[in-house]
Amino acid sequence: MPAPTIDAPAVKVLNRADLTKRLVTKLARDEAVVAGIGNTNFDLYAAGHRPQNFYMLGSMGLACPIAFGVALAQPERGVIALEGDGSILMALGCLATIGMVKPRNLTIVIMDNGIYQITGRQKAATASSADIVAIARGAGIANSHWVRDEKHFEELVSRRFDDGGPVLLAAKIDDKPGIAQTVRDPPLIRNRFMRGLGTGRASALDA
Amino acid sequence: MAWADSFLRTLKENDVRLVTYVPDNVLTPLIDGAAADNYFMSIGTTREDEAIGTLAGAYMGGLRGVAMMQTSGFALIANALASLVVPYQIPAIIAVSERGTLGEFNIGQVTVARTMRPTLDAIAVEHHTLSDEATMPFIVDKSIKQAFTTQSPVVFIFSPLLTGGNPAAAAKLR
Ligand SMILES: Cc1ncc(C[n+]2csc(CCOP(=O)(O)OP(=O)(O)O)c2C)c(N)n1
Repeated sequence: MPAPTIDAPAVKVLNRADLTKRLVTKLARDEAVVAGIGNTNFDLYAAGHRPQNFYMLGSMGLACPIAFGVALAQPERGVIALEGDGSILMALGCLATIGMVKPRNLTIVIMDNGIYQITGRQKAATASSADIVAIARGAGIANSHWVRDEKHFEELVSRRFDDGGPVLLAAKIDDKPGIAQTVRDPPLIRNRFMRGLGTGRASALDA
Repeated sequence: MAWADSFLRTLKENDVRLVTYVPDNVLTPLIDGAAADNYFMSIGTTREDEAIGTLAGAYMGGLRGVAMMQTSGFALIANALASLVVPYQIPAIIAVSERGTLGEFNIGQVTVARTMRPTLDAIAVEHHTLSDEATMPFIVDKSIKQAFTTQSPVVFIFSPLLTGGNPAAAAKLR
């Protein structure tokens, strides 16, 4: 089996919940965060709900397109997509679209555990041969990086998210499941997210 | 093309600015018309479900959009509709050019086209077949308004009766 072609000489194996918490702590400007199906949204939810969080409960692979749409609609707001490696492998084309349009307010974080953890830990191509950072660079997202360790991650997310994008960060993570279960109420999730973005319908029910 | 101009005009009248699409021959006047008009933000996506996801995000961010595709592209979005657009109540506006009927030469297109209306009916998504230039502005305008007011998607199926179908396909018929 060929070794992974990751460019960082020694990337540490990190933890999704820990990275997610570190990221959320850095958010200072009501950035929107869109988290993909399964563990990425569970760990975003576990990091503490924010009005600008969107949790996907289906539509595997669409975290980046959804975040891209938010970024187009609100060019002054930083937007972050949290996505699993299996999920982004299902939707690699969206990286080419994002690489072409180059939204400066979009950041993508790929949590790469090399497996489809939530469906039974089956191996993904990222475990052996597929390099998400190389793929993203090839798709036109030049600003794509492997995360070396926690400190490096903190450096990479200590920035304004409304400029400098598109950026893609990929972290090799352990095989732990998500640590909470998102509330399973899609209309509520959508409604609260829109209020968090200032686009919700105003009515007496908001009182 | 009058039908394309009419559709784009109705989109404008309803503040629908984002156009996401995967190319289709018959929709060329719509796609090119939107790309040539600064009012629209026009983005070619690599897959139709990506077009739907982008639309959903843009809507939640306050930007109204339409996704354009052909019938076979529609067959790729059942999951995006059933697990994102419908449960999250996203008023996605979707324009599908109808291939696979009224003069199709490709059996694959014929078969995939048969999955479209049953899929939409199974998940109770409103759809209208546009076959006539005279009634089209009313149908499109009222349905877009209904979609945004009721937080529900709507699909417009552009019949060959309206568009004339694909001329390249017509040439292959015997
Ligand atoms: C279209 C589609 N195919 C398959 C599934 C089943 N499924 C749900 S989550 C998932 C794995 C996601 O893997 P990844 O993104 O790597 O996240 P992880 O589970 O490793 O955290 C799969 C295969 C689905 N929900 N939708």
